[in-house]
Amino acid sequence: MLEPKAVPIDGMLRINMGPQHPATHGVISFIVETDGEVMRKATADVGFLHRGVEKMAEITSYPGFMPYTDRVDYLASMFANHGYAMAVEKLLGVEVPKKAEWLRVIADELNRIASHLVATGTMAMDLGAFTPFTHWIRERESINDFMEHICGARLTYNYMRVGGVCADWPVGLSEKILVWLDHFEPIIEEFNRLITGNEIFIRRLANVAVIPAELAIDWALSGPNLRASGVPFDLRRSEPYSIYPELQFDVPVGQGTQGTVGDSYDRFWVRILEMRESCRILRQLLAGIPEGDFKAKVARTLKVPAGEVYSKVESARGEIGYFLVADGSDRPVRVKIRTGSFTAVALIEPISPGLMLADLVAVIGSLDIVAPEIDR
Amino acid sequence: MDAREIAERLQAKFGGDSVTVTAPAVGDAAVVVKTALLLDVCRFLKSEPELGFDYLRCVSGVDLKDRMESVYHLYSMKVGHGLVVKVVLDRAAPEVASVESVWKSANWFERESYDLLGIRYTGHPNLERVMMPRDWVGHPLRKDYVEAESYHGIPTSRPDPVGGKDA
Repeated sequence: MLEPKAVPIDGMLRINMGPQHPATHGVISFIVETDGEVMRKATADVGFLHRGVEKMAEITSYPGFMPYTDRVDYLASMFANHGYAMAVEKLLGVEVPKKAEWLRVIADELNRIASHLVATGTMAMDLGAFTPFTHWIRERESINDFMEHICGARLTYNYMRVGGVCADWPVGLSEKILVWLDHFEPIIEEFNRLITGNEIFIRRLANVAVIPAELAIDWALSGPNLRASGVPFDLRRSEPYSIYPELQFDVPVGQGTQGTVGDSYDRFWVRILEMRESCRILRQLLAGIPEGDFKAKVARTLKVPAGEVYSKVESARGEIGYFLVADGSDRPVRVKIRTGSFTAVALIEPISPGLMLADLVAVIGSLDIVAPEIDR
Repeated sequence: MDAREIAERLQAKFGGDSVTVTAPAVGDAAVVVKTALLLDVCRFLKSEPELGFDYLRCVSGVDLKDRMESVYHLYSMKVGHGLVVKVVLDRAAPEVASVESVWKSANWFERESYDLLGIRYTGHPNLERVMMPRDWVGHPLRKDYVEAESYHGIPTSRPDPVGGKDA
């Protein structure tokens, strides 16, 4: 932690934003060197939520680590579940039943919508527009209800298991989700009328904190943030997993809709477009969930053969990757979790010089940073 | 290109004993690079058009009790292939050149590995702790790490609330 007090340094002022601040999206601190309203530099100071998840993995059995993965990113825990399950399955050589893959992807895409609702809603809220957030939270509530039907939890799902998922698909839920999709898709247009096209909102975001494609790749930005910079890199397409190769969907990239490619507005807009694509994927999946088992036969106590694997899934916040090292025992030697927010928050320092202090809030919001995912 | 073909390219460039390929029964194959050559190899991996590894997606430190490893997961946006590169380090004094000058994303990844495993990345512009407080003692992800009993007067353990031995 750096000096937590206002210090004048050759005409500049060093101030602390956070760790308790409503716009930092969790417990993160930014050490900002300002020249009046203009930032000379903003340095992220993280680690306040470091719980040692990777250390816990080393003292927990393989199946027992699944609930911990929920806490890595509380807004999109389905992806953390999925990545971990895939890592263990690859080393074990378990084949996941077709039905389980479908159920996993349905849950993933529902979670992606829920996560983007929070991302875009809080972004508007951070910039002073409160109403859109309340609309999005209303919609997210429906998804929380679906999740409760699916796995019994509304936030920390613990839905996936090594070899499949924890429970069969609830009877009648597909129809409920389809009814909700019919309601939700027009709501996206309503949201766009409410905030996406709002002149003040556009001016706060367009041409602010432009991240060119080369810079984004160099800093290993991933997910919607990378795609907003015009790089059509989506793990669901580029390095496909699960049943994504069988699905029809587009990968939206930043086009500079209101300004420059890779600006804060593009990062917002890409997420709106991705929600539409998720709706499209959900309709395809719900049209026919295959018959069969929802979980492969896997031993209760897992001994994973010695080996190393890096498994990755496209989370709502970019690539969530698990580097798993096994030695043949019932506990991992090492689990390294690579998250989208970690690389995103690292990029704030190089893009901050010259931005207005008030824009820092827009940048943090547009990168959709979630603190526990950085700190783990 | 798979790991074996890339290793052959590297051997042709840097000498036969510069790299080896692991061939595990399960999981990913990795190219093990001689520690002293890491930076040169990484520059080559990035600049060579047929390889074009422009995306360093992850750096992981691993403590294997008899040795340490620093593992780099690379991807090429241009070519569309991936590679795992690793170096084996002396556990008593783990030290390797920083690749921050090749891929900027290494900046924070290496800081994290230094913080949690104590691997020193030489030439890193700002090798500071990132997760733990700056004055923390030790590197928690090392297998021989023993947590201090207190930190600034705050105890790191507490009595078990449901009885029994201390948690």
